[in-house]
Formats: sequence, C-alpha cells, structure tokens
Amino acid sequence: MPTVLLLGAGSDMAIAIARKFAAEKYNIQLAARNTAALEPLQKDLQIRYGITATTHSFDATAFDTHPAFYTALPVQPDITICVFGYLGDQTKAQEDWTEARTIIDTNYTGAVSVLNVVAESYAAKKAGAIVGISSVAGERGRQSNYMYGSAKAGFTAYLSGLRNRLFRSSVHVMSVQPGFVNTRMTQHLTLPPLLTAQPEAIANAVFSAVRKKKNTIYVKWFWRYIMLIIKLIPEGIFKKLKL
Amino acid sequence: MQKRLANWGNYPAIVSEESSFTQEDQLRRFIGENTHLIARGNGRCYGDASLGEHSISMLKYDKILDLDTDNGILETQAGVTLDQILDLIVPKGWFLPVTPGTKFITVGGAVASDVHGKNHHVEGAFSGHIIDMDVITGDATVTCCSPELHADLFWATCGGMGLTGVITRVKFRLKKISTAYIKQAQIKAKNLEEVIRLFEEYKHYTYSMAWIDCLQKGDSFGRSILIVGEHANPDELNARQQASPLKLTPKRKLAVPFNLPSFILNTLTVKAFNWLYYGKNIKREIHNVVPYEPFFYPLDAILHWNRGYGKAGFVQYQFVLPLEQKDGLVAILKRISDKGWGSFLAVLKVFGKQESLISFPMEGYTLALDFPVRKGLFAFLDELDEIVLQYGGRLYLSKDARMKQEVFWKSYPHAKRFAEIVARYNSGNRFISLQSERLSLTK
Repeated sequence: MPTVLLLGAGSDMAIAIARKFAAEKYNIQLAARNTAALEPLQKDLQIRYGITATTHSFDATAFDTHPAFYTALPVQPDITICVFGYLGDQTKAQEDWTEARTIIDTNYTGAVSVLNVVAESYAAKKAGAIVGISSVAGERGRQSNYMYGSAKAGFTAYLSGLRNRLFRSSVHVMSVQPGFVNTRMTQHLTLPPLLTAQPEAIANAVFSAVRKKKNTIYVKWFWRYIMLIIKLIPEGIFKKLKL
Repeated sequence: MQKRLANWGNYPAIVSEESSFTQEDQLRRFIGENTHLIARGNGRCYGDASLGEHSISMLKYDKILDLDTDNGILETQAGVTLDQILDLIVPKGWFLPVTPGTKFITVGGAVASDVHGKNHHVEGAFSGHIIDMDVITGDATVTCCSPELHADLFWATCGGMGLTGVITRVKFRLKKISTAYIKQAQIKAKNLEEVIRLFEEYKHYTYSMAWIDCLQKGDSFGRSILIVGEHANPDELNARQQASPLKLTPKRKLAVPFNLPSFILNTLTVKAFNWLYYGKNIKREIHNVVPYEPFFYPLDAILHWNRGYGKAGFVQYQFVLPLEQKDGLVAILKRISDKGWGSFLAVLKVFGKQESLISFPMEGYTLALDFPVRKGLFAFLDELDEIVLQYGGRLYLSKDARMKQEVFWKSYPHAKRFAEIVARYNSGNRFISLQSERLSLTK
C-alpha cells in the first residue's frame, strides 16, 4: 500500500485530503505540532478505511528539526503533501514584525525547509510526488493580504523551480492554487458561495490531479481565469484599486 | 460566518452566526467566551430547536473513535451522521439500535432529540442504548455522563434539545444483523379501528408503523397500510441477495432542485396521491424481502423533499396520547380530516413504555403529519394542542416550531425538574435556542 505524508494535518483541508487518499487505500502519515489532537483523525481513518494511519510531531517553523523528522518516519512516503499555512492578520503584520515573520516563516521558509529534505530524498531514489498547497493570493500582491500573498508567491515560485529541477529525476511536483475555501481559517470571513470551494472539493481535485501528474491546478477551476484577469490589470490602474 | 439557517421544515428561518470546530480545546474555549449558543447537527429536526444567535456546527466534529466488532460497541464524535455509520457497520454485520425515518442526522442530534424508530415498542428510544457520553457544559468543562455517572446530566441531555451543553462524544451499543435486508409485511386496513387492531395483532414484530390517509371520512376514516418487519436471515434471501447478504448496491437519488410553488400540494393532489399510495397494494397483504434502506428511509431517496412544500415551509405536527385515550386519537384525526389541510400521509405508531425525564415517547399512540405553513394554521394547531392536553398527551420538541409555552409546561410531567437540571449545568444561560426562549426554558 502506498503512503502519503500530510504536513500540517490538523486543518480542515488536510482532514479532507487524508480521507480522500485513505478511501483510495493509501496509508496516511499525519504530521502536525500537536499529535494528541490528531488522534481522533488517526482512529477515524483506520476504522473507516481499514488503512494504517500514524501521527508524527512536526513544527513547520522549527527548521532545524526537519531533517530528523523526515528520517524518523517509519516508512518513506510516496507522496508528500504540504498543507500547512497561516493566514495571519495583515494589519497587525504591518506594524508587528513577529506577526509578519510568522506569516513568512510558516507559509514560505517552513515549507521550503521541509520540502528541501523531501526533495533530496525523492531525487536520490528517482521517485515520488510532492504537492504544495499554495494560494491564488500569491499571484498578485493586494493591500488586503500581501503579507500572506507574498509568502505564498515565494512558495509558488519555489514549487515551479523544484518541478523544473526534479523533472529529470522522475519526481512529480504539483502546485495547488485554491481560491476561497470554506475552512476554519476563513470562517470569520463572509465568502461568496459561488467562488468558494469545500475542502472535499480540494481533496478530490488534488487526488485526481496527482494521478494525472498535473503541474498546477486551480480549485475551483475558474480561479485560473479570474487570476489571469487580475494579473492583466496594468499596475498604474491596479495600485489605485481597493483590493 | 453569518448564515441563513432553517431546519427541515424551512420554518422559521433566521440569520445566525455559525462557527465550526474540529478540536475539543477550540470548542471549549469558544463556549467559555460566548453566550446565546446552541449546538446544531445536520438541521433535520423540523422546527426551531437548534436555531439560535450563535450556532455551533458539529458537522466537522465527525471522527469515529472506536468500533468494537466483537461486542457491537461504537464510539463516535457527535457530528458523525447515521448514514456514515451505516456504511461502516452494516457490511460488518451490525445495525443501529434505533433509527428515525431519516439517516441524515448526527449522533449528537439523535441524543438531543432522544430519537425513536419503528422498534420503539420493543427496543425503546436511542437513550436506552447509550453506554456513556461527553457533554461540554456551561462552565466550558467536559463531563462524562451515563445512567450511573452524573445521571442527572445524562437524563437531561437525552431529549434535552441541547440545553445542558454541547454533546461531543457518544458511546453506544449496536445490534447484530446477519443480512442487510428486511423481511416485511404490508397489511391494508380499511379504517382506524382495523389498524389499531392490527397493531395489537402484529406487536411481536420488531418494527412496525402505519401510513394513514388523513383525508378519508365515513367508513374509510383512518384507512391505513400497516408496515411491519424483521431483519431477514440469510436463508430468507434470494440467490442474488445471498451472494453478499450484507452488501447493498447503491441507488441513484432523486432531488427536489428548488422550492416548488405551494399550490402544487393541495387537497386534490394529496387525495390523488393517497389514493394511488393506498391503491398500489392490490392485495390485502404483501410479504417480501427488501433492502433496509427503503424500509427505514423511504423519503431519503428524494433529497430535499422538504422543498415540495414551497418557500413558506411547513410544520410537522407530532403528538403522543396514552394508550387508553383512543378517543382522543379519533377526535384529533376527525379535526384534521375535516380541515383537509394535512399532508401526503401521516405516520401512526404505537410506542412502548419508556421511563424518561424529558424524552417525548410514552406508551401510547403517536401520529405525525405535515402542515404547509398558511394563514390560520397556527390557530388550528393551537386547537389541536388543546385536545392533546385534554387527553394527557404531549408534542415532540424535535418537530415543534410553534407550541405555546403553557402547553409544554402542562404536558411534560417532569418539565420543572428538567429546567432545574438545565439551570445547574447551563451556568450563565450560555445555551439558548429559539425554542428554549419560546418555551421559557431559559431566561
């Protein structure tokens, strides 16, 4: 049975992805800071889907621990999905470096740190798939969330570079660009229903895109075109908009 | 997130601030910091019980924690729905100890409503099968309760409509089955007298209920189809079913895509439907073996069937009368049939004995039917309430959206004790629903 490693397994999106892969008979490695909180999900996956699920302590911003974390996994995963992220508070981050830094460290530095380790291992064995959950927020900086957006932009660029490099090693790297997703991270926001995806939709899209070895997917699909339009707006006009 | 919420009857509809949780510590912190809260499952109660200013959606609190397939014990978080449980346990040879007429409810909702099923006269309500459960009470702590441990909290939570706190975990007993099929019998009854006699005659069956046509008068007053059943044994199945006796082939579901205009359901169409429904059974008795799904959940095959009643919504009216008050049943049915405002079909069932604090069932006749919301309906239902009171009956809180508070306080014999226990655990009146305010159960 193949194994999937979920980095940041506590989120709504991670739960949906874990269930989707477990239903398709993958063993699941759940990694997050608080492993005790992962236990109900671990049991749920094993009971519902008859697979093996394990929990592993992982802190995205404890960069030094990442190599040891990966080596200590009981099985080397066939697919690694980097789900963790931190939306943060844009206004606070403008004045408070600690907040700004947490946003950057979680969404960018932490992801790069851990995926570097995974990438080396996959490159050496010439197999494996890496999936990074980035965000459409990274496609153009906007005043309302450019801290998060710029970190995700860095992450998206990292994934595309990694994809380019590992192509010759037969390692598949996929970027996922979700638009609005209905999760705990966004539950204080009022999101337009038609533009908002459920975590289960992300999970299904990720699963089938990994199978088809897609490079970049947007969920929902029309976000590709929404972002295309947003990117086409000339900067002279864009800077005057309240986005 | 601000959300428009309504339960299955689409009446009443309110705007509520909804929050969702996957972790116990998040939920406890939220409860400790807020008031005017009410837990909410899949929104399949009919009235205003799980509606409030802040609703706590439990749908993502949905992890299955343990399944002991040797002894038939299941432990789940409260947001798991019964359909998910059935998908898991039926292929392993287990079934729910009690199930209502829809499988799209959460375990927490099953406890908060203390749901009953077609087997109430033999196996009681859901509360009778619970081993223990966790409730986060008004002080934001978790209390494990059972009939032995914190028994006051346990009994006030079963059927307590979420007023003691948020149910987070439930451990309960399952029932052994050897096939996923039901051996059923359908018997036509010409009138109310006959169906009541048939209930008595067939009471040894584990499952029983009757569809009753509320629009008939004269000799056919109360004509019905009694439906009884037992879990089938493997030797009662046909060859195809025997090949995999615990597995059902998934069926496609129909859905009502939007609210139908309310004129579609009028006395004439309802009469025609009932005529077809009653007439489709040509023989007086039919015996056959059917999958469990159409037997327990006939309406689940049509998703969003509630939209059939239009935008104004409907009220489901369900009452129970003591066994010796058959006259009351006749009196109420007469009023309903004279008025002609009733639904497609009504469900009649005989409950067995049940000791409880605030649960709905008691030994007697229970009748449930839908009334589309219209001018004058509530005044009419108030009149029916008077008859229910007069004959010593009561109404089901899970269906209720409009009962006057006096009716509640007069009809539930332990209402006062229930309110005292609620006050003890619901410190600071954190848990308040539209229903609890209407019935004056919380301040």
